[in-house]
Amino acid sequence: MLHSRTLLAATVAVFALLGAPAVKAETPADTLIQAWAIDDIISLDPAEIFEFTASEIAGNSYEGLIGYDPADVTNIYGKIAESWEVAPDGMSITFKIRDGRTFASGNPITAEDVVFSLTRAVKLDKSPAFILTQFGLNAENVDDMVVQTGPDTVQFKMDKPYAPTLVLYCLTATVGFVVDKKLVMEHEQNGDFGYEWLKTNYAGSGPFTIREWRANEAVVMERNPNYSGDPTPMARVIYRHIPEGATQRLLLEQGDIDIARSLTAEEIDAVRANPDLKIQEGPKGSIYYLGLNQKNENLAKPEVRQAMKYLVDYQAIADTIMKGKVMVHQAFLPRGFLGALEDTPFSLDVAKAKELLAEAGLPDGFSVTMDTRNTPEITGIAQAIQQTMAQAGIQMELIPGDGQQTLTKYRARNHDIYIGRWGPDYQDPHTNADTFARNPDNSDDAASKPLAWRNAWDIPDMTAMADAAVLESDPAKRAEMYREIQREHQQTSPFVIMFQEIEVTALRSNVDGFIVGPSFNDNNYAHVTK
Amino acid sequence: MSDDTDGGGRGGALPRVLWKIARLLATVALTFLGLLVVTFLIGRVVPVDPVLAVVGDRAPKSVYDRVFVELGLDRPLYEQFWIYLQKVLSGDFGQSFLTKRAITEDIARVFPATLELATVAILIGTVAGIPMGVWAAVRQGRLADQVVRVLGLVGYSAPIFWLGLLGLLVFYARLHWVAGPGRVDIAFEYSITPRTGLLLLDSAMQGEWAAFRNVFSHIILPASLLGYFSMAYISRMTRSFMLNELAQEYVTTARVKGVPEWRIIWVHALRNAAVPLVTVIALSYASLLEGSVLTETVFAWPGLGQYLTNSLQNADMNAVLGSTLLIGAIFVGLNLLSDLLYTLLDPRVRRQA
Repeated sequence: MLHSRTLLAATVAVFALLGAPAVKAETPADTLIQAWAIDDIISLDPAEIFEFTASEIAGNSYEGLIGYDPADVTNIYGKIAESWEVAPDGMSITFKIRDGRTFASGNPITAEDVVFSLTRAVKLDKSPAFILTQFGLNAENVDDMVVQTGPDTVQFKMDKPYAPTLVLYCLTATVGFVVDKKLVMEHEQNGDFGYEWLKTNYAGSGPFTIREWRANEAVVMERNPNYSGDPTPMARVIYRHIPEGATQRLLLEQGDIDIARSLTAEEIDAVRANPDLKIQEGPKGSIYYLGLNQKNENLAKPEVRQAMKYLVDYQAIADTIMKGKVMVHQAFLPRGFLGALEDTPFSLDVAKAKELLAEAGLPDGFSVTMDTRNTPEITGIAQAIQQTMAQAGIQMELIPGDGQQTLTKYRARNHDIYIGRWGPDYQDPHTNADTFARNPDNSDDAASKPLAWRNAWDIPDMTAMADAAVLESDPAKRAEMYREIQREHQQTSPFVIMFQEIEVTALRSNVDGFIVGPSFNDNNYAHVTK
Repeated sequence: MSDDTDGGGRGGALPRVLWKIARLLATVALTFLGLLVVTFLIGRVVPVDPVLAVVGDRAPKSVYDRVFVELGLDRPLYEQFWIYLQKVLSGDFGQSFLTKRAITEDIARVFPATLELATVAILIGTVAGIPMGVWAAVRQGRLADQVVRVLGLVGYSAPIFWLGLLGLLVFYARLHWVAGPGRVDIAFEYSITPRTGLLLLDSAMQGEWAAFRNVFSHIILPASLLGYFSMAYISRMTRSFMLNELAQEYVTTARVKGVPEWRIIWVHALRNAAVPLVTVIALSYASLLEGSVLTETVFAWPGLGQYLTNSLQNADMNAVLGSTLLIGAIFVGLNLLSDLLYTLLDPRVRRQA
């Protein structure tokens, strides 16, 4: 046994000698380090950015014409624009560009840059371009629709008199962010408006610049020395790709990172109990829902749809499985949106559900499948629903799958039930009405395939109501129109809308000033101190 | 390899070597072709829409359709494969849908991380595994043997995910002996200029000893864990090879001649057991080089395993095919290397060649 003891001693000695210097680390005082899963980034070009992480990065490194107060989204203010005016006929909006502001490169921000950025996004026609093209813009006409009308004025024309709030909110989305024309065009090749270059580089004017993106590894941002606002307290912000929640928690507890962004519900409990750490919450726009495919003859019965809304134990899931990462919410517009409906008429009521099933001619229930993303949280919610559904005789089989796999099936309408999460594309109610309450063409080869289409829900009347709401210029009337649509939607739709997401971040207790906004590009760390 | 056995006819030596090389090249080419065909087909039959990874879920139909054509998905399968093959032959592995970079560039970035981890791990596994195996064989059936067996059993059966988290909890969070997940602390990130991509080597070459120590304290825990797994395998194999050798007549002869026992074990027997062991070690190394997805996830290690899994989940086929080819090349390369080592270690094989 002598050998083994020597061996053990030697091992310990090696560890002690080489490992000992790695004592508890602290992050540099001028650097904010966040752990997040950043593998969703596919581009850093505002014309293409549509993912959570990249949106947040763009929100802190680029600026749009206008912005809104994350605490009260009805308060819209000018950023690059100093002011704006809606034409009397409602067919255009003219923006006056603020004087004396510069990009990080030192180039001045001009009306020309604004026109370039918007027309560029339309012409490149990447995923988020529809946010602009829905106003009747396309690659052919955009040069006539977005024009410079004076040394510092830009006119944005539309094909219909859309509600001004809709247009303004759409321009706050990342696709409307202003890029440095001169810098971008220096890198143009084959008429691509600098796209090949910008998707991994930076040409903005926000509080931070993007120094480097190493896919699946890190994003490094630095203080913008030419920023027109107050310089940021932090010299550097680094995102580290840490996919595993438990690992994030360990790093945070040790002080190797300042903020952990994707803790699971279990870890959140542990963080709450730790005095060195704190939790910050903010409601997000994402909605958790079940989509019931109307191609399934059982699910197509109105009583069955209604019954299923009584077979989810909403509060229990929010409290025990999600531990505060969601709140119960049962209408398609999230809280914080114009016209949001906060009624929650449904709760677990097995007797009522059984009655409804009997009315539908299914007193003994039926069998059905649900495609479930294999993340712990979605699986947890799905299993809880499976259990309560069974109490009314509905045998629900869960089909686990990877995210892209279940999504592919959902998009092809091959599912029975899909458990999904939907985040709004911009801050206006139309973004969710457009997908949950509009279905212009229910045929298999339809040109537009909103969520209502994916669940084969044919709703010409509701589609017309949603279309009318888009053109209502009085915000109060418009809000009431959306509430009316939601009241009907809540009762009749094949969507069991369950929760609104709450983003929960865990921070070291010395980190102050981090803002969790309603959408990811509103998450802001320009004023963070530690 | 059972033909051309006799060593006679020196005149035919050169053509025979050439013939051997040609046959080797043909085998390698065929292996790669087969690998490509199978991977390509799997990539096309998985029920994941590759366009989704590029445009996301929200893209309007016009954008979706355009990208569908851009990716060549409107062409018949054999045509897609032919186009891909032509590009690969000219050294163009295409672009990743996800990272928007050339596959070669991506792999050059992620592979060194895995290579470094795997190399340290296999060193640990070999240095610990062989003596343990020898020791267990010599003390067959006694306590030492049982201890090695139990250690090996744990190594085989404990999920690395769990061991990894446990290791972090104990050595990083509680004892502070090692640094946490990641390859290097932020503070040292920019003090090392990447040349080889192997941070230990880079920092040592540049004389950045503080950085070297930091890199070492990051790598030692995941490498020890992976090393533990290969140690479990290597020690089991060493034990059985050694038992086989120790039962041979030459060992008895040596003992009768009065050769000291340590010499019989470490020189005579181990030398003969080393031949099959080389293959075992080479294969362990190859499997480590594929990248261990779970270890890389727990330790936030930006290596090949994470890259490949992420690409697979998003049906990023160029990335999957490129990585698969690399892994194939590693296996073929290490097999060749172990064949070469055979000739060095085993005089019989040398004579045949």
